[in-house]
Amino acid sequence: MAKIIKLDDKGVEFLEKIMELSGEIITLCDQCGTCSGGCPFITEMDVNPSQIMRQVMLGQKNIMDSKTMWICASCFTCTVRCPRDLDVSKVSEALRQVKLREAIDFIDIEEISDEEAKKLPSIAIVGAFRKFTG
Amino acid sequence: MKVPYFPGCTLKTTATNFETSAIEVAKQLGIEMVELDRWNCCGVVSYLVSDDLMKHMAPVRNFIRVQEMNKTGVVENENRLVTLCSMCYNTLNLSNKRMQKNPDDLQKINDFMHREETKYDGSVEVVHLLPLIQDLGWEAVSKHVKKPLNNIKVAPYYGCMLLRPKNVGIDDAEDPKILQELISALGAEAIDWDSGSRCCGSYHTVNNKDIVINLSRGIIEDARRNGADIIITSCPLCAFNLDNRQQDILEKDPEFETMPIVYFSQLIGVAFAIDKEKLGWEFNHISPDILF
Repeated sequence: MAKIIKLDDKGVEFLEKIMELSGEIITLCDQCGTCSGGCPFITEMDVNPSQIMRQVMLGQKNIMDSKTMWICASCFTCTVRCPRDLDVSKVSEALRQVKLREAIDFIDIEEISDEEAKKLPSIAIVGAFRKFTG
Repeated sequence: MKVPYFPGCTLKTTATNFETSAIEVAKQLGIEMVELDRWNCCGVVSYLVSDDLMKHMAPVRNFIRVQEMNKTGVVENENRLVTLCSMCYNTLNLSNKRMQKNPDDLQKINDFMHREETKYDGSVEVVHLLPLIQDLGWEAVSKHVKKPLNNIKVAPYYGCMLLRPKNVGIDDAEDPKILQELISALGAEAIDWDSGSRCCGSYHTVNNKDIVINLSRGIIEDARRNGADIIITSCPLCAFNLDNRQQDILEKDPEFETMPIVYFSQLIGVAFAIDKEKLGWEFNHISPDILF
């Protein structure tokens, strides 16, 4: 017998926010796991990308505490492989943006030693700060 | 052929070896890369959320410069903007595609930049030097080879930004061939491997270098397993993560066998027998002795 899952208002609001920001119809996700299977960062993640899709679909805002969205480096491997043509990297970006727009940065420039900063190519530094700070 | 060229920050700082060698190689192939007048940062990484128009302004400003170069006659009827750095290529191209697809977005950005005399009309085409060379035909490349790279086995490393997402990829996202074809045209042998488009860890090198060390080590060891002598790349960030981070791998494991990482343009330069100093080896961390 079919079971209907009802999201509460806050759950619906969260799902809609992420769908609007990412531009992806997250509810189309079939949970096939292709994104997780090909993700080069999977061993670093606490929640895998397909689980992220599922939890966002169910409006579970506690997914914001996962470190997965910060580990995703927008390499677009999942993007080119999703059989439903969903862009999971855009979903990660949307989740990061929700946090960054609350003025909560993920990194602090003070934590990078002068020695490292001198060695690093500028694209690394600019890239990290564009992804990790609001 | 005179084409507007966008260098980007890193090619002027820690990847001057990439710029020097690429400009020289392009010149020999008849491609004159004319640096954009007053270029500005591309943004490095593309913003992927829907309401981020402001973040696309920097790329668009560079496209305006291309139109102006055509207007002032610096280039003639050349709407292509050539890039070398894979990240610049990806970021500029993604912004351009968004502008071309959404006239409303373009209008808003043009309105916002009301002080710019020229309005961006969506006409620019962002290209990478590799397909530009491919268009000349591999035979044309082979003709310039003075020192065929016989017996050198090269791992073609694409990374992410040249191939994905599909609308900006220079080749098939899962089965690219362009670097293999280039390697063959230079007389070298391209190895067959699985890590050619696997992420190196990108900007995590700033705050979480262990991720990069693990990924880079995996890529280098895969190249080694498949018989490669060197790895070639087109991305200054991949180059840093694969090349300089070998020092960090060595600190963890002194038994680790290093591998030289060179830009594709340096490899072409060696095959063309271009003077060593013109190919800029100053930032290659692991010395590519095998090429000399």
